[in-house]
This record gives sequence, C-alpha cells and structure tokens, in this order.
Amino acid sequence: MRVSSAERTMNYVVLGVFALFALIPILTILATAVSPQNGQAPGLHLANFVEAWQVGGFGRSMGNSLIVAAIVVTSAVALSVLAGYAFGTMRFAGSTVLFYVFLLGLMIPTEATVIPLFFDLRTVGLTDTYAAIALPQIAQSVAFGTFWLRAQFRSMPVSLLEAAAIDGAGPMRTLLRIVAPASVPALTTLVVLVFMWTWNEFLIALVMAPGGTLRTAPLGLANFQGQYTAELALLSAGAVIVALPMVIMFLFLQRHFIRGMLEGAVK
Amino acid sequence: MARQRPSAVVRSRATPYLFILPAFLVYAAFSLYPLVRAAQFSLFEWPGFGPSTFVGLQNYIDLASDPDFRAAIGNALVLILFYAALPLVIGLVLAAIFRRGQVRGMGFFRSVIFLPQVIALVVVAVAWRNIYAPNGPLNQALRAVGLDELARGWLGDPGAALPAVGFIGTWLEMGLVMLLLLAGMSRIPDDLFEAARLDGAGPVQEFFAITLPSVRGEIVVALVLTIIAALKTFDLVYLTTSGGPGNATTVPSYEVYYRAFQLREVGSASAVAIVLTLLVFAINVLVTRIGERAS
Repeated sequence: MRVSSAERTMNYVVLGVFALFALIPILTILATAVSPQNGQAPGLHLANFVEAWQVGGFGRSMGNSLIVAAIVVTSAVALSVLAGYAFGTMRFAGSTVLFYVFLLGLMIPTEATVIPLFFDLRTVGLTDTYAAIALPQIAQSVAFGTFWLRAQFRSMPVSLLEAAAIDGAGPMRTLLRIVAPASVPALTTLVVLVFMWTWNEFLIALVMAPGGTLRTAPLGLANFQGQYTAELALLSAGAVIVALPMVIMFLFLQRHFIRGMLEGAVK
Repeated sequence: MARQRPSAVVRSRATPYLFILPAFLVYAAFSLYPLVRAAQFSLFEWPGFGPSTFVGLQNYIDLASDPDFRAAIGNALVLILFYAALPLVIGLVLAAIFRRGQVRGMGFFRSVIFLPQVIALVVVAVAWRNIYAPNGPLNQALRAVGLDELARGWLGDPGAALPAVGFIGTWLEMGLVMLLLLAGMSRIPDDLFEAARLDGAGPVQEFFAITLPSVRGEIVVALVLTIIAALKTFDLVYLTTSGGPGNATTVPSYEVYYRAFQLREVGSASAVAIVLTLLVFAINVLVTRIGERAS
C-alpha cells in the first residue's frame, strides 16, 4: 500500500524512537559490563566477564539452571504430548470438563502455590532439591503444553489416524510415528517457551531452595547483586552472562518465540 | 455417540484417561492441591513452624484495614496504567504503522522492540537500577540538559519510585502488545484499506474506522495478559525496591512473599495469595466479558 513520503518519514521517526527506547537499557548494561572497575584505567575491559564468571560462581549456577531446565522441558513436553494427544484426537466422557481443569492452571499465580509448596515439601524433606525447583514448574508448563498441543493435534486431518488404523497401528505407535513427527514445529515452539520460562524463573527458585546450594542463574545474579552493588561493572558483566543464552536463542529461534507467545496468549 | 470408539486407533474407553493421567497427577499435585492448601492456610495463624491456631476469616478481615495491603492494591492499580494502558497505546500506534506503511527493516524493528520480553527480570532489574541510580545515566542526561531539579535517586524517592518501576513495565510489555495487535491487524483484508483511501480517509480516520474495531479481540487478550503481569510483578519489585521506600512500591505478590518468609505470618500471606488469585480470575472473566459484549 502506498503512503505519502511525509507519513513514511514520520513512521520511521516513531519506530526509531521506540526501538531506541527498547535498546537503551540493553546497550547501557553492555557498555557498563566492559567499563573499567573502580580505580582501573579507562578502555574496554573484556576481562570483567571472566572475573564476574569466577567471582559470581556462574559456572555452577548456570549449570544448575541447565539441569533444572532439562528436567522441566523433557518432563513437561512428554506429559503434555500424551495429554494433548488424548484431548486433541480422542472422544471421551468428561473431556470438556477435564480440559477446563487444565485451563485453570494457566491462571493460577505462582505466588499462591509457592507458600504451601515450600512448607509441605519442607515437611517431607524435599526443599533444596532439584525436584522441589522442577516439579512446580513442570505442573505450570503441563497446563500450558496440554492446551497448546491439543490445539495442534486437533488441527490434524482425521484421515491420518484412519490410515494408521488400517495399518493396524495402536494409539502409542500412531502418536510416535505419525502425530508427533507431523507436529515438530509446534513441539519446537513448546520446547523454546518452556525453556525460556524455566531459565528466567525467579520466585520458585528463590523459595524452594533456601539453602543456596542449588542456586539457578537468576538467583546467582541476585545474590551477586547483594554482594557487589559497589562494583557495577562486574555486576553488569554477570547480568550479561545470565541474559546471553536467552538472547542468542531468541535471535536464532525468533519465529518460535513470537509464535508461541502470541498464539499461546490468544486462547 | 454413546458407543463410539474414542478414535480410529483407540479401542478401549479407558485409553484417553490413561494418556491424561500422568500430566494430571503432576498438575494436580503441584498446582491444584497447593492452591487448595493456600486457601486452608489462610484460615490459620501460623509462623511457619510449631502449632497453628484456627482463626476463621480473621486474616481476610484484617487485610481490609491493613495499610500495607491497601497500599499494595493501590500500587497495583497504578502499575496497571504503566503495564497495560501505556503499552496498549504504544502497541496500537506501532502495529498500525507496520500494517499501513511499507516499512523497510520491519523485522529488525519488531525484534528489537520485542527483545525485552525474553530477558530474565533479574537482568532487567540490574539494568534499570543502574539507569535510575543517583549518578546513573538518567540523572546525568537530565543534568546535561539543565534539568537538575528533576534529578533524584528514582527508586529511593517516595513519589518517583512507583512510576519508575511502572515505566520498566511499559518497556517490558510494549513489544508483546505490539505483536499481538499486529497479528490481529494483518488479518484485515487490504481492500478494506484501499476502499477507505479511495474515499479519501487519512491515516487517523482509517485507524479509527477500520483498524481499531477489527482488533478488539487482540486488545482484550493484551489487556488480560498485561493487567495480570502488573498484579504479579514480584521479581522486579523484589529486586529493585523491596516494596519501598516504606510501602510505596509494594504489590500483592510481593506482600505474599514478604509476609510468609520475612514476617513469618503464613496465614496472612496465604490470605493475600488467595485474594490475588481471585483478582486474576476475575480480571480474566471480566475483561473477556467486556470484549465479548463490545463485539
């Protein structure tokens, strides 16, 4: 569609202003991360990243984050595939009601469940374990994943299942051989979203592992902030380290981030 | 229907339930059951260890006259302006620009404006604390242009702290809202715009006559998401202001954490948690209803 050149200029000005607004905090933190620490000579200080990595113990906290993310992503996706398959392709009594029960999970705020989770898991000696950090996040992601994959599986042609039936395939084989392979894009989107939520999760990691031995990356950074507020360059370098995996993933898998967050929102 | 098989490849009527069972068990045990437990906790007075005392609805009654809780609700309402209203206006303008004009580098602008959504809130907090610091970039910029009186420790100033936190919310949410609206706008057929232009409609008329009415559904979704984000903004508040100065920036979700784990008032914390849950449910229902009636 044609627009006048005056309008087009105006459009670029508006877009430029907001792009700059979005970028300034990110550029500021990047610039601070390579700036000299107190008393150092001016210039580019890439060594800040190394020092922040070592002092902040980010090797350990990022490792914890990876383990938690691996547990949450594999469990949540596996459970959601099974449940989404049933809701999306099978007819059974109570399916609508059961599905609404899962939808409810999209609205339950973490703040409401985290208190009883902490005290009840403490009673059974499970706080400060990977399970305590992972299980509540699996539960949240399963609610979303079931909803997400139900929509995907429903949109598949019934003839696919009928063809599988003629070949004598049972439900599990049909799922693994036909339904899941045909849904790789939707599954990728789900993996990306759940990974991002888990990597960035703060409250659950904060409450469920009070001992500090299983700090995830965001907790490691918060702890680092508590200790090093005076050394802004190091703190910023640590922040960049924690944000980097997500930003790189976003640059490569942008389509999946955007698709998931948009279509997932329009329920 | 009565004797139908669940699907072409499923004979047994038990199969669907078996497929759902593992997901349901984890979801019920670690999401539904804790919610019920929170409701139960909210009827007791309990410091987190030792015996508890049943107090009925007293925790809820106390909330009504609790200045910190009332501040949290009031602050959340202010934050809704920054998290939901402002991003909606910005998102509408940006999405309309993308839809209307051929914008070169559209992909670049879109990605950059959306980027804040994928960054961990801890990192966001570090970045903005730096910007708002007494000698940070914002104050330096203000001093550089002679607005010295405006310079202040933004997060420590009772009047400025809440808008300062809210502004971070605007920065976070504008990209998500923009993309939601853009998805809606891209479904508007081109001929509608062309017809309007043949009739001599300018960009503003076109926006109100065609664009805005056709994205009502997306506006509803955007408002539900961002209003809930405003109510639940725990990470940012915890990491930038800890609810202070005083209770100037506390929000319901911060009150839940603070009461349970700092004040050791688990019953009161649970009451706040239940109120927060009900608010979230109510907003979902209410905003969706309003959206349905409008269309």
